[in-house]
Amino acid sequence: MLLLLLVVALAVLFTRDLLKATLLFAIYSLTIAALFAVLDAGDVALTEAAVGAGISTILILAVLALVPRHEKRLFGHNIPALIIVFITGAALVYASFDLPVFGDPNNPVHVHVGQYYTQNTYADMGVPNMVAAVLASYRSIDTMGEAVVILTAGIGVFALLSVPVRRRRQSSTTRASEEDSSS
Amino acid sequence: MNILSFFNYWAVILLMMIGYYGMIVCGNMIKKIIGLAIFQTAAFILFISAGKVIGGATPILREGIALYSNPLPHVLILTAIVVGVATTAVGLALTVRIYEAFDTIDDDAIDTLEDDK
Repeated sequence: MLLLLLVVALAVLFTRDLLKATLLFAIYSLTIAALFAVLDAGDVALTEAAVGAGISTILILAVLALVPRHEKRLFGHNIPALIIVFITGAALVYASFDLPVFGDPNNPVHVHVGQYYTQNTYADMGVPNMVAAVLASYRSIDTMGEAVVILTAGIGVFALLSVPVRRRRQSSTTRASEEDSSS
Repeated sequence: MNILSFFNYWAVILLMMIGYYGMIVCGNMIKKIIGLAIFQTAAFILFISAGKVIGGATPILREGIALYSNPLPHVLILTAIVVGVATTAVGLALTVRIYEAFDTIDDDAIDTLEDDK
């Protein structure tokens, strides 16, 4: 499944048709959701399928309705980029040898506070779903912070797009003509 | 076992580097945003793999299950996914504005437009 992910991610990168790239990205998100389900993260899988594969795709498609669909490929400077990416990747692989063994119950992640939640959630909150209990009860203030982030993003999008298109067009053309006359 | 236990981490690193490369090389802004999203999901997979216990179950309390996977990384990533979509939305709004101002969403084309002035 991880190999499939790698193939799809590469395909996204190398299509020039942005519509194809968007739909491949939706496939990528769904594959990730399936991977999360395999890794015992049911809630995250549902969220990724709804938000990652659903809302992101709809947003990108809505933008594609406004901008040209094909990308102009200018492949001039990808050797330095490849070198940078290769060096970063090599450093990360080197660091990965210090990571704990995958899936071992004695890993540092599992012996710290996680145990408390698995043992006491039902007694404390009366909710069988631990993820929901931690998100909405133990850490509800943090979740409110998340809501504030989303609100801020919404305000940002609104501020960028709320000016009517005709006025924006006009202001950009007047700016262009002013610059023409000044030059 | 030893190699298999690192397979997840290496796949995550490869995915992350694919996203990184896409962000650097693709001039097109929508491709850049998709590259950013791929980079993010790589981090998500790393966290979810850290929360997995072999033989564990989904962290919803049921009868007859003794070992659950760790719920905390799941909570973190749930938040991160939603915030990631908020980032994508702001990036796409910026893309629309750039297209209206410059009539292109290509980095290099905008650079040449600036140079011509």
